[in-house]
Amino acid sequence: MNLAEGVQFVSSIILAVMVIGAALGVVLFDKIVYSAFLLGGVFMSISGIYLLQNADFVAAAQILVYVGAVNVLILFAIMLVNKKEEFAPIPRRWIRKGAAAFVSAGLFALLTIMLFKTDWKVDFSGTPPISSIQTLGEHFFSDYLLPFELASVLLLMALIGAVVLARRETVFGEETAIVGENPAPALELPERPREPVA
Amino acid sequence: MPIEFFLTLAAALFCIGIYGLVTSRNAVRVLMSIELLLNAVNLNLITFSNFLDRQAINGQVFTVFVITVAAAEAAVGLAIILSIYRNRDTVDMEQFNLLKW
Repeated sequence: MNLAEGVQFVSSIILAVMVIGAALGVVLFDKIVYSAFLLGGVFMSISGIYLLQNADFVAAAQILVYVGAVNVLILFAIMLVNKKEEFAPIPRRWIRKGAAAFVSAGLFALLTIMLFKTDWKVDFSGTPPISSIQTLGEHFFSDYLLPFELASVLLLMALIGAVVLARRETVFGEETAIVGENPAPALELPERPREPVA
Repeated sequence: MPIEFFLTLAAALFCIGIYGLVTSRNAVRVLMSIELLLNAVNLNLITFSNFLDRQAINGQVFTVFVITVAAAEAAVGLAIILSIYRNRDTVDMEQFNLLKW
């Protein structure tokens, strides 16, 4: 084992421990804010694992999109729905938790047995491309062109859908039905007035 | 590192995500668990791309698409949670039973 392999080994172990520990924290912590910050830790550690596997562009995209966008979005959602709320206790909830833990552990055991019994045709013959982003770009604009363009349409749909869903209820039928002296300005949907915070 | 190491890691992450998805009562935490699941799948794709398909990195292309769809899903899911919180005044998954029976 030379120096590079040793460094790769040690950093793989450290990153794996970080991923599993932070993911357990996301699921098990009571406070949702702790979960959100630990989720950022999971994303960062996974990006480190991508770097170890010669995927530099995807590692950068992971940090930009997941930590920079999704995690911040989740934090904003937590702040927007932040209500001190004691969930009503449910009788025999531990049975559900136990069953879920049992199913998850069984699934993990099955997957582990499967992947240790499979003979993976590991192929180290080819060298990884010098710049992975160049190869990715060639893929995007040749054989994956249609999914690439569809992804942009999907992002536009998600953007408009999120705006439509998250805005307050519009008042069709009430004020807009009255054609008065001052009609509502064009290109503007009248919204219900914001009720004061109790 | 052998390929089994990364695949086991992805399987563990996936199972933790499944557990959180089923048991958590806060709707935002359910979304976080879905992100964990998607990350486990991405880890698998990158691993296969690195170990089985080194020259034409098709797995990384799929990972980029999955990241795109995950971002769209997070935006729409959080908008749905905001809207349902405005209507029901709670984020408890046990009380979201509009379509249950």
